[in-house]
Amino acid sequence: MSSVITTPTTPTKRQLTVPTVADLAAQGKVPEILFWVGCAGAFDDRYKRVTRAFARILEHTGTDYAVLGLEETCTGDPAKRAGNEFLFQLQAMQNITTLNGYGIKKIVTACPHCFNTIKNEYPALGGEYEVIHHSQFLQQLINDGKVGVQGGESFKGRRITFHDSCYLGRANDIYEAPREVLAALDADLVEMKRSRANGLCCGAGGAQMWKEPEPGKKDINIERTEEALATLGGQAAALDNLRGVETERTAPSQHSLQGSIIAVSCPFCMTMMSDGVKNKEQEGAVQVFDLAELIASAEGINA
Amino acid sequence: MPTILQLYPTLVAYLYAMLQPILFALLLLAAFGLFAWQVRKIRANILVGRARDMSGHPAERLRKMLLVAFGQQKMFKRLTPAFLHLVVYVGFLVINIEVAEIIIDGLFGTHRVLGILGPVYDGLMAVNEVLAALVIIAVAAFWWRRNHQPPVRRFTGIELRAWPKLDANIILYIEVALMVALFFMNSADLRLHELEGKTLPGAFPISHFLSQLLPTSVGVAGLHVLERTGWWLHITGILLFLNYLPSSKHFHIILAFPNVWFSRLVPQGQFSNVESITHEVKAMLDPSYEVPAAPLGPDGSALAPTPFGAKDVDDLPWTSLMSAYSCTECGRCTSVCPANLTGKLLSPRKIIMDTRDRVEEKYHSPIIFHPNLYGEEAKHEPVDADQPLLRGKVTAEELWACTTCNACVESCPVNINPLESIIEMRRFLVLEESAAPNSLNVMFSNIENNGAPWAFSPSDRLNWADELYVAERA
Repeated sequence: MSSVITTPTTPTKRQLTVPTVADLAAQGKVPEILFWVGCAGAFDDRYKRVTRAFARILEHTGTDYAVLGLEETCTGDPAKRAGNEFLFQLQAMQNITTLNGYGIKKIVTACPHCFNTIKNEYPALGGEYEVIHHSQFLQQLINDGKVGVQGGESFKGRRITFHDSCYLGRANDIYEAPREVLAALDADLVEMKRSRANGLCCGAGGAQMWKEPEPGKKDINIERTEEALATLGGQAAALDNLRGVETERTAPSQHSLQGSIIAVSCPFCMTMMSDGVKNKEQEGAVQVFDLAELIASAEGINA
Repeated sequence: MPTILQLYPTLVAYLYAMLQPILFALLLLAAFGLFAWQVRKIRANILVGRARDMSGHPAERLRKMLLVAFGQQKMFKRLTPAFLHLVVYVGFLVINIEVAEIIIDGLFGTHRVLGILGPVYDGLMAVNEVLAALVIIAVAAFWWRRNHQPPVRRFTGIELRAWPKLDANIILYIEVALMVALFFMNSADLRLHELEGKTLPGAFPISHFLSQLLPTSVGVAGLHVLERTGWWLHITGILLFLNYLPSSKHFHIILAFPNVWFSRLVPQGQFSNVESITHEVKAMLDPSYEVPAAPLGPDGSALAPTPFGAKDVDDLPWTSLMSAYSCTECGRCTSVCPANLTGKLLSPRKIIMDTRDRVEEKYHSPIIFHPNLYGEEAKHEPVDADQPLLRGKVTAEELWACTTCNACVESCPVNINPLESIIEMRRFLVLEESAAPNSLNVMFSNIENNGAPWAFSPSDRLNWADELYVAERA
């Protein structure tokens, strides 16, 4: 039983009709902010739960938002990273035509890859928008008091480690927003040795998500999951053996893994870390959650 | 009346004083001439790269250069090598003041001309001596880190073939030799002044001690010879080292500065846009769109179309070629590469080193010999001028192992971007050769047909919103 689905504080629940930009346009309206769902958010069963959690938050906070719905299509990120610039630009132009046609000014997305592509690579092709990642959006909601992070599940004392997504972190220098969101949970946050600018990739970026890895000694997501588990469990010896980073060596104290959480902010990281936890047979003890799921759960708005 | 024999040392000293400026001027001319010749060839090699406009933002570029190159900012991610490197780096900066003095002295027959600075000179010389001693210690530590078994992991790897390994050690040996020559010169000079009852300008905390170790039997004439020998060895060594730089990874002491100046100033996640494709796509979507005319060659004829992406070094932007000459082969990029960490073939450092080897193979070799042909490994590898960078040196397997995570870019102390070269070569594989791994071709066709990288129906895109409830709170 997933701990995300908790009993709401009051038994009432309301069905949502997620507004589409086309519906609003028919009424002569433009949403203040477009929620760019992304392909993983729309199709991947695990990440659909993140999309749903984020939509609940948007609804709960009374945000003036809409989605493109069937008019959304791949940003072209995996094509561009794989070298298929032609396909990327075709996708980009199509999306830019749609977005500009509706007069969209501001976009929020839960996918760092979509975020990076729309924010950084669309302007050269005629698409200029204010683009924010949902970690920044959540941070803003918390700072503004629109989300109190209470009334739902309590994360007090639970061990959480945040895995930096490359396309949020190194690619766009966003390291603090997700951490501040997690800090609002009043949980026991622990940092992996390879974190922030030194964070280790989950292994899925650069179109690796769609192919088998090249021959090697290990899969990258296993290496990263081992680090996350050793961090959550406080296993000093395992952490000392990590390569690719030199930081201060403080011997952590040992902890039970039970109930601890790997927090992610990217659909591909979600897949890779979840697979890693399963590979290490720790899925009974350690859960992988996106920031939006944790906030929705703490806010008690899941139904 | 003194005999000719008694006059002999004076004569020699007189002759030497007459000849030194001429010999020295010739040495300088030869050394700087040879260096300029080598630099010109390297410049030509860099300029075979594709044009890329890196102008503008001087204030931001200056700030970056002061922080990252001059200030060694990114070195301090790893403290031990950062401090060792800082010693050698500051030693290098300070020793340049002494080199300037040697050049003035050598050309004008003065002796320690900067002595007129008085207490400032005392301070400079003292700092220089202390740094020189620290440099010897730091270099010994560097040598140990590279040569003990097993060495620091990033000093291993398939790209560290015979020459790069030897090169790294040669640099360390030369640095120690230069410092020893400096102490030699200073100690003999001190002792000489002491015997002649004169005071030498400057303070020499280390040579003060070393000079006492020189036996008195050497005598004034002998000390003169020792001092001059140290002086000539020191400056000749420096000039030889200068001309060794273009063959060596040590060229980074010069190119680190322009390389950081010309860093990309956009977010690391932003990959370059291919403008020729933009025109094609716009023309496809809008038949009335006019594609700008292709640039003409110098004689007015149409140029052969440039390929998409990079097959060889001349398809890379010139900044990538300059980066190849700025690389000091430290391996920080490879040591943080997730693919390399998990045993894949990819090593970002290898791609940078291959680029430099290839550009020298295809264009100018700016050095007296071809360093990349040195050693056992090179003997088994006949260099074929027709073998481009892609496949000739960098395999597709290496390129496809990259997760584009930017760890290599982030880690480079001189802002080299291996990821950019990887993407350029991927572009060539995909757009010119249709040689993507099959699973990626499936992903491409999914995007083309369904608008998503997976095989889902576009009509299911909003299914996530079905049966969605939110809890209403009191």
